[in-house]
Formats: sequence, C-alpha cells, structure tokens
Amino acid sequence: MSGFELLSDQGLRLDGRKSGELRRIQTRLGVFGQADGSAYIEQGNTKVLAAVYGPHHMRDTRLRPNQEKVVVNCQYSMAVFSTGERKRRPRGDKKSLEMSQHLKQTFEATIKTELYPRSQIDIFVEVLQADGGNYCACVNAATLALIDAGIPLKDYVTACTASLVLDTPLVDISSLEATTGGPELTLAAHPKSGQIVLLEMSHRFHIDHLPKVIDVALEGCKNIYTILDKAVRRHVSNTGASVGWEKS
Amino acid sequence: MTDLILSESEKTFILHGVEQNFRIDGRTRSDLRPIVMETDVVSHASGSCHLRLANTDILVGVKAELETPLAAHPDRGRIEFFVDCSANATPAFEGRGGDDLAADISRVLTSAYESPEVLDLRELCIMKGRTCWILYVDILILEVGGNLYDTVSMAVKSALFSTKIPLVSVTSVDGGEPELELSDDPHSSSRISVKNAPILVTLTRIGNHCVVDSTPEEETCSSASLLVSVTPSGHITTVKKIGGGSFQPSSIASATKQAVSVGVHLNQSIMDKLKQEESMGRKREKVGFL
Repeated sequence: MSGFELLSDQGLRLDGRKSGELRRIQTRLGVFGQADGSAYIEQGNTKVLAAVYGPHHMRDTRLRPNQEKVVVNCQYSMAVFSTGERKRRPRGDKKSLEMSQHLKQTFEATIKTELYPRSQIDIFVEVLQADGGNYCACVNAATLALIDAGIPLKDYVTACTASLVLDTPLVDISSLEATTGGPELTLAAHPKSGQIVLLEMSHRFHIDHLPKVIDVALEGCKNIYTILDKAVRRHVSNTGASVGWEKS
Repeated sequence: MTDLILSESEKTFILHGVEQNFRIDGRTRSDLRPIVMETDVVSHASGSCHLRLANTDILVGVKAELETPLAAHPDRGRIEFFVDCSANATPAFEGRGGDDLAADISRVLTSAYESPEVLDLRELCIMKGRTCWILYVDILILEVGGNLYDTVSMAVKSALFSTKIPLVSVTSVDGGEPELELSDDPHSSSRISVKNAPILVTLTRIGNHCVVDSTPEEETCSSASLLVSVTPSGHITTVKKIGGGSFQPSSIASATKQAVSVGVHLNQSIMDKLKQEESMGRKREKVGFL
C-alpha cells in the first residue's frame, strides 16, 4: 500500500525527486565568530547549525580526562519550534541524549584523537527545522564546523538515510516519507575509504535487500562528500582571496 | 556570561571614552550597533524573526495553538515566553547551564508584556470560556555579544508582527459541542496588533553616565544596569535593576528619560523596517543563515 504513495509509476517521489536523488544542499561555513568553528547546512527543509569549541582544557568535571586521546563532547539540541508540533524541551530527553551519543561515536572515529591528549573538543548542534534526516544533517554540519575550526580529521564524515519501497531503495528520506512507515536506514561513513562509522535501522525488511540499501546510502554519502568538499574549497579560496593569499 | 578579563588601563580607557561621549567604536552613549533582521524564516512557526545586533544573534519562533482560556480571564487569550540558551553561544550553556539566564529573560519579557495596553489579548479569544489562542513565543539565543535583553525584545516584537493566525469559524453542531473550523487557506489569516508592543532598553552605567547597547567589554566595566521596557508611545511597562552596584534616585530618573527617548526612536525604526519588508511581499528572497 505504502508503495503507491511514496513512489509513483513514473518513479517520482512525493516531492518530485527520483529514487536516487538527494535533496538540495546549501551550506555556509564560519557563521559565528564566537565559536572556534561553525557551519550551517540546509538539506531540503532540514536546517542545522553546528558549533565547535576546542581543543581546550577539560572544562567538564563530569568527564575524566583521557591520557592518550582527546575527549569528544557532543550535544544534540532541537529548537522548540523546529518540528510541526511544538516541543516542550529542547534537549535532555532520551532521544536527544541518544543522538548525542551517536554523534560522539561518529566523531571519535573521525577526529585524530591522539593529537590532543588530556583535552576536550565540544561539538554542539542545533536543529532549527526538522524535516527528516536530522542526524545526517547534524553530522554533515559538524564535519564542516570541525573543518572550519581547523581540527585534523582522518577523513570527512558524511551521513545519509535510505529506505526501501517495494523493491526500490530511496535515498535521503524526508520526514513525510519516514512517518509513512517505511524502514529507515541511517548511515555515517568516511566517503574516501567507504568505511562505515555508524549504522542504524528502524522497522524491518528482508535481509536480502540489506546490501543494496546500504550501497545506496553509501553512494549518497559519497555524493554529499563531493558537495561539502566543493563548499569547503570555495570558502577557503574566498577567505584566502580576502586576506591576500596567492591563487594556486 | 562574559568571561572577559580587562586590564585596569583598558577599563580606564573605556571610562574616559564614555565620559566624553565617544566610545571605543566611535558611537555616542545613545547609539546602537548595526542591526540585521529578517522575518518569516521558520516555516513550521506561525511567525518568526532572525535578528542580529552586531555579535548577538537571536532566532524567535511564534506558534499559535488552541486552548481553553484561564478561568480568571475567560475572554482572553494568552502569551507565553520560553527562552532557550543554545550551547552554540558558549559551552557554559550546555545542558542546563543556560537555564538561569533563560528564566530571567522570560520573566522580564512576561512582565514587560503584562500590561493590558500592550497587547489586546481579547483579540485572541475565539469562544468565551471555551477556546482561545495561546501564543508560544520561543526564543533561541545563538550568540551573545553584549546587549542581550534588548536584542531579544526586538526580535520578539518583529516575530509577533509577522505572526499570521489562521481564521477560525465556529460551526454549531446540533445537540453537541460547537465545532471549530480552521481555515486551510494559508493566505487568509489575521494578525496581532503590535503597535503598542514594548522594546527593552538596557542602560549600562559606566562611571557617571549610562550607555545604551553595551559591548561585552563595556559590560565588564559597569557595576549596575537599568532595564527599561518602553512602548512606542513612550510609556514604561517595566523597570528592573540588574547587577550589584547601586543607583542614586536622580540617576535613575535621568537614565529613564534617556531610555524613553532611545526606546521611542528604536520602536519607530523597527516598525518602519518591518513595514518595508512586508511591502516587498512574496518576491522577497529569504536568506536565513546563508
């Protein structure tokens, strides 16, 4: 039944995209001056702001400093007006805490943690508008913010969602497509090496379909990487041009 | 909020500048820094505003929801303020770190908007005693660069100006509860009149004079501030003293006069800009944070 609504006979989805098409991505680096690094990303109607502070000395008394690696502290927060129904609390609920843990796991695998022992890096993401793929937009925004802050990374980390309708995998699902009941696979990966950093799935589908849904999500991650990389290079050349660097 | 450390010479320099009516960035005591504002940036909200005053960045979303009115005021709607200090502004706001400041700001806003001449809450009533609109004004503080209260109040006023409330028609059902029908048409909506909505003006006392729109450095030099809520007609709806220093009664009087003159002028400029933005209509390109 849901196959009818989510994918039309011509292969078009509810918002007119094809099954393998990503939503429109617009980015901006260096949004705030106060944070060491900041970035803003729009993936379709999902809008996320990320700010990075660090590396700095351990400020949190709750966390214990690690002698060999930097401590990565993440906070996922949603604006009260970000969802269709007004949220009572922006953060502190189970879902936000779980997302914060996922972000921490993703970035501990990406940041060169051995370079800053006994220090702390804070990553704060704020979802201004939620329309599906919130975690993915957060990961993408945080990657840009980390690059803006100049923190060394092993590779970019990009994230993408994928779903399955009848036998066709869909990439980058919106909240309407997610609530219509299809399975949702979230994947965060290092695009150059194809290494998966985080994999999460909801609902169910047959295990025979799993490889092709993962492939579609990985492809989405690689495409997002191309877009983000272009944005970073453009930002750096703009900054360099205004400061007076030589054009290579 | 500010963990700036200034040397004695820097503080003296700021103090002398204020005395000579020529601050560090060249402003006089009553000048404000540049303001950039855009309304209607959050699509899920009935009204919204993104306002940036120099380095202070605020995003406000207003949602209108249906509720039963309070028993004490069955013919009035309600307005509720909620402030969220995002950790993006400073790591100290992580988790519950910003809760004290948030509670303070929402208290001041509630008290500023409490006066009946400010907002006619009877406009929000649909059916007396049964249903009314409640406006949830949600404020998100993204960056703090001095003068937080004023920026928040300006953003709130602009967001309320841009709020579009759907038109409701009451269709009675025989023998049952009267049914409400919300108009589906996004273009048919009513607006709230903000012609008397106040703006907070913070007067930071440095030495013997008060300055408007203080930078974080100036805030470090001052011992006390006076917060005055000024309506466009020059009326004051709330006054609050912040900080550990003290004021002489005569300085409070002169400070309030300064606040009223700045407040009236500021109210006028903001309304002009809001009307100018509204006149651009649907052709206006939305920038947001990009």
